[in-house]
Amino acid sequence: MADRHPEPDTPELRARWGQFDWTGENAAKAREIIARYPAGRQRSAVMPLLDLAQRQVGAIDNTQGWLPLPVIEFVARVLDMPAIRVLEVATFYTMYNLVPVGRFHVQVCGTTPCMLRGSDAIMARCKARGMVKGHTTHDGLFTLTEVECMGDCASAPMVQINDDNYEDLTPERLDHVLDALVAGRQPKTGTQEPGRHTVEPVGAPTSLIAMTTENHDYRGEW
Amino acid sequence: MALLDRDRIFTNLYGYQSWRLPAARVRGDWDNTSALLARGRDAIIQEMKDSGLRGRGGAGFPTGMKWSFMPKESKDGRPSFLVVNADESEPGSCKDREIIRHDPHKLIEGALIAGFAMGARAAYIYIRGEYIREAETLFAAVAEAYDAGLIGRNACGSGYDFDVFVHRGAGAYICGEETAMLESLEGKKGQPRLKPPFPAGAGLYGCPTTVNNVESIAVAPTILRRGAAWFAGFGRDNNKGTKLFQISGHVERPCVVEEEMSIPFRELIERHCGGIRGGWDNLLAVIPGGSSVPLVPAAEIMDAPMDFDGLRAVGSGLGTAAVIVMDKSTDIVRAISRISYFYKHESCGQCTPCREGTGWMWRVMERLRTGDAAVEEIDMLQQVTKQVEGHTICALGDAAAWPIQGLIRHFRPEIERRIAERGALREAAE
Repeated sequence: MADRHPEPDTPELRARWGQFDWTGENAAKAREIIARYPAGRQRSAVMPLLDLAQRQVGAIDNTQGWLPLPVIEFVARVLDMPAIRVLEVATFYTMYNLVPVGRFHVQVCGTTPCMLRGSDAIMARCKARGMVKGHTTHDGLFTLTEVECMGDCASAPMVQINDDNYEDLTPERLDHVLDALVAGRQPKTGTQEPGRHTVEPVGAPTSLIAMTTENHDYRGEW
Repeated sequence: MALLDRDRIFTNLYGYQSWRLPAARVRGDWDNTSALLARGRDAIIQEMKDSGLRGRGGAGFPTGMKWSFMPKESKDGRPSFLVVNADESEPGSCKDREIIRHDPHKLIEGALIAGFAMGARAAYIYIRGEYIREAETLFAAVAEAYDAGLIGRNACGSGYDFDVFVHRGAGAYICGEETAMLESLEGKKGQPRLKPPFPAGAGLYGCPTTVNNVESIAVAPTILRRGAAWFAGFGRDNNKGTKLFQISGHVERPCVVEEEMSIPFRELIERHCGGIRGGWDNLLAVIPGGSSVPLVPAAEIMDAPMDFDGLRAVGSGLGTAAVIVMDKSTDIVRAISRISYFYKHESCGQCTPCREGTGWMWRVMERLRTGDAAVEEIDMLQQVTKQVEGHTICALGDAAAWPIQGLIRHFRPEIERRIAERGALREAAE
């Protein structure tokens, strides 16, 4: 199990987040989310609403976002759930940040397929840039986490930074990505391997070659 | 014989072309779907049974038979649900992601057909939380399908009402287990349920539910269009069809590729991956079906057919066909220890043998990695894996035990060598 604990409940935390409420836009989104589930089953919406709340917190403090206890309680009120049931969910799923994080949440995959392709060097480069696993850098820019398999194994190693994946990394390519983010630019997402489109065998496609140039309809050949 | 492009189901696998509805239609998706539905529920299920399709999520249960377990009609007014398992998190697996971001309409059309065949009122597609951009694509593709009248009220003009909803996870491997997925969908921690009752009797919200993998659902429309005999023309008996293989690790060119079932390992690697890094003599071992299955040493895997029975015959399994290749530069004990850490991290904490056992096994594995152990501890570890295996509600305990058992079975001399080396060092120091 992953040991995870919420940020301590202090008067300062209450003062800062006690008045949390949806923005107008997110209130509409929340209504749309709850409507996806049958009447009386609004509890099903707890995961998407926690995600929405985390993103709103992130927009406020210009980070990836996290879930202070008063915000968790707010989601409980919205869904008419006991707060402890929402806290259980927030602590169980690893994508909910229970403590503040930085502007960019650098999540390095370290599971075996990435390990075989060099994730040690990626992690080492992050550390060389001053990041420490489980912590945020002093400038508030980066939080470093080692995560479990992200499902990009055919383009390993990879990192996920906030909402985007950067794949086929080397330490130099990682530097390129991080430098761009620091400079406020959006680096190319996905594979960083020159000449590779997604997960085809790089440089030597072995199937579906017609698709590379046109939206080919194979039905005529059935 | 090589699988021809015309027989590949996922023609936009690499995303060179648009995933959007008009482009998907050009490729043949949503082509007269109402005619497929008009064949009727029984005929659709029979065709799926005849195709020999076995579930692509790892367990390999026959898909058509699974659909047939659903109640023919509701006697007590409870609706039925289809849940599509897109919580792809098995280390090594990266196929559902490609389907969702490049061919989402195959999945949505498949969901309609499967849902219709089992009499479901709606489908929930549970996509893992980390697939953030992929989920955005899926939400947009579902919206396109609604706007075009393909799903929703009177789906495809068939007179059948069917909704498709997307639900995002939030980072928990265990939610790929079908009953944990249902718990999660109901807004709870993803802790597996005891079976029975099975989901087909009481699943999501206590209603009859079938949970299917993305790939199993997404191939259904093509199977119906081309016929069961076409699909059953690939692969050996009991292992029919085409399959997305995901090759990672120490090959020249890792990739995801659709191939014929039962393709020999060597042929798969030579044809699509440019061979093993450093040549075939440099191959050490392969994990052929995702992290949950035991590794297979080089000599045994080279000519093994990549299918359910062929890999069972070498003491492993096809799983999700996530092929993790390891050459001789690999620290094999560390590679498996890292998988043990994964299971420690992902254990939901419900059953004691798994909650305590996964952490214990990982700690011993870490000592075996450095040789800081006694030789008897190898047997003790083996024994503990046997005490975890089969003694938990879900298969995560088994999945944590098998890789270690595979390591001990095939690489015991290497573990003993490390222990001896470390012991000699210690003696020298004294």
